Order: sequence, then structure tokens, then C-alpha cells
Amino acid sequence: MIKLNINKKIYELDIDPNMPLLWALRDVIGLVGTKYGCGVAQCGACVVHLNGEAVRSCVTKVSRAAEQQVVTIEGLSADNDHPLQKAWLELDVSQCGYCQAGQIMSAAVLLKENKNPTDKDIDNAMEGNICRCGTYMRIHKAIHLAAKMQNKGSK
Amino acid sequence: MEKVPGKKFFIQHPKLTIITMVVVTVFGLSASGLSRENEVADAKNDNISQADRIASVAAFEKVYKVLMSPRCMNCHPAGDVPLQGDDSHLHTMSPVRGRDGKGVYAMKCSNCHQPTNTPGVNTPPGNPKWALPPADMKMVFEGKSARELALQIMDYNRNGHKNKTQLIEHARDTLVKAGWNMGEGRKPPPMPYNEFVAAWDEWINKGGIAPGK
Repeated sequence: MIKLNINKKIYELDIDPNMPLLWALRDVIGLVGTKYGCGVAQCGACVVHLNGEAVRSCVTKVSRAAEQQVVTIEGLSADNDHPLQKAWLELDVSQCGYCQAGQIMSAAVLLKENKNPTDKDIDNAMEGNICRCGTYMRIHKAIHLAAKMQNKGSK
Repeated sequence: MEKVPGKKFFIQHPKLTIITMVVVTVFGLSASGLSRENEVADAKNDNISQADRIASVAAFEKVYKVLMSPRCMNCHPAGDVPLQGDDSHLHTMSPVRGRDGKGVYAMKCSNCHQPTNTPGVNTPPGNPKWALPPADMKMVFEGKSARELALQIMDYNRNGHKNKTQLIEHARDTLVKAGWNMGEGRKPPPMPYNEFVAAWDEWINKGGIAPGK
């Protein structure tokens, strides 16, 4: 049995310890906000937080995540009111939307560690998240806006 | 002793001057000796025989081939982005070194590089210690001649503050050893691991001599 703590909820699953966390999230638990993109840690669509770090769940075995703190896009905020989620809506960032859960989860780690990121900081943090629609400029703007919201204590 | 106006101190006090010079010289040599405890070897040390010098340089030629292979050099780049693949191209996604060598923000090494290799071709190789050297001591291999690299490794202030014992141990480090197990589709270094360790030990134990160029 593998014991997973996902969004502060405990799941005890009878699964292979080598199963990628993404499979457990989507196919076993039913949390489908996290997306499958490439399967080899190249695109960032599957980013979730493992003990606060933006890991790629497609290559992270459930054995690594066992009894650790996992947060998915569904658990990022109580009411979809994380500054990034609000900024994303305000600036209408998404186009097809497929990569956006991973983008937001990566950006959340950036804003946790850097309250006032420059464009260069955003590049360094977000280079690993690919958007086929090319929404990068809006992503940059939304991260700056979310940083302002966060600094004003808006949530 | 009477002071003579206009005459310099060492002319007025010849004995005191000589004593001072001796004391300063002895202290200076002692300090120099202490600092050498942390050096791997003194390339100018005349105690090393000519035979050992030749053997040491020959061993480093083997070591150099391994250190400059993609499996070692890719994580010792000249810039702040690691290299990738058997052709040592810049790592896709441009992850950056960060202060501790473990990446930054959402682009930390261990976000993709797991504790073990991920199965399949073009998947991230893994090791629990995956990292570049830290920003304050980059320990660059890329672009270095054999002589430059040997001198850098022998220099306590440029080799990650490793003394001789720690350098010998470094060849046994699990991340170094992982170079020979980098996952599917990656060419290993040009000689077996045990042969590399033997050459590494011989190079250091016989004086850590740098090749002429």
C-alpha cells in the first residue's frame, strides 16, 4: 500500500511503487487538473508541488511522493483565489488551457521564493513550461500582476 | 643605544634589524608550510622522483579523457547552463545553476532528475545529489586544457576546498560513479570506472603533477 497526502487528504492506494505520480493522480484518484504532456519531463504540463517544490509528476514515482506533502492545481487555494489564479482570469491568459495548470504551479513556486520577480527571474523559473499557443507574454504579465496582488495582501 | 638624527633605523640598530628579519622569515615559512597542508601536491616539490612525475602525468592523461567526456563535463560547464547529450549542447529549457548549483525556483535539478534514472530514451538521468558546482566555485571543465584542469583540481581554493584525502575520496562519490550509469542512450566515459579510479589515485599519489600543456 502506498500512502499519499494529496491536497491535505490522505489516500491509501494499492498501486505499484514505480507508478508515476501523474498516473495515480489522474487515473487512480481522479484529480485530472494536472495534465499529461510529454511523459518525459520536457514540457511542464504535469507540474505539482512535492513538499513545496515544482516537480514533474510524469517522472516522479509514487514511492518518492509517499507520505510527503503533494499539492495539485485543485489544492493550490481554497476557492481558486490564489493571486496567480486571479491574475490569470483578469488577464485572460489561457488560450487552449492545456498547459496552464503546470504554468500556474511553477509560477507559484517562483512567487513563494521571490516576491518581486523581474522578467529575467520569470524566464529562469518558467523556461521549462511550454505553451503551444504561445501565451508567454500574458503569462509574464500575469505573474507580475499576481506579485503585486500578493504584496498587497490580496488573496 | 644613542640615536643619531638623520640615520636610518637599520643602520642605527643592525642587530635588532637582523633579529627581526630572521623572525619574520621563520614565521613566513611556517605560514607557507601550513597553507600547503591543504594543497594536493606541490608541483615544484623536488622530493618527487622523475619516474613518479612521468607516471603522474601519464595517469592524468587518462583522467583528463574521462573528465572531458560529456558524462563529466556536461555538469562542469563554462557558463551557468548545464550541457546535455553526447554532443554537449546547452541543456534544453535553459535551467540555470543558482547559488547552490541546484537550480532556481521551479527549475531545480531534482524537479526532473529523480533519485534514480528514469526508464526510457531521452528521459532524465537520476541521482540524489544531482547538481552543478555552486556559483561561488564553478569548477569549470569545459574548455580547459589538460594542464589548466590539473592545476585547477590541485588548487585547494579552486577545487571545492578538497585536500588530498578528500580528492581521493571524490572519485568514489556516488554522483561521480553515476557517470558510468547515465541511463539509456548515453555514451559512458571512455574507460571503465575502476580504471578511472586507478588512474585518478595514481595521478594524485605520485604528486598530482600537471602536464606541460
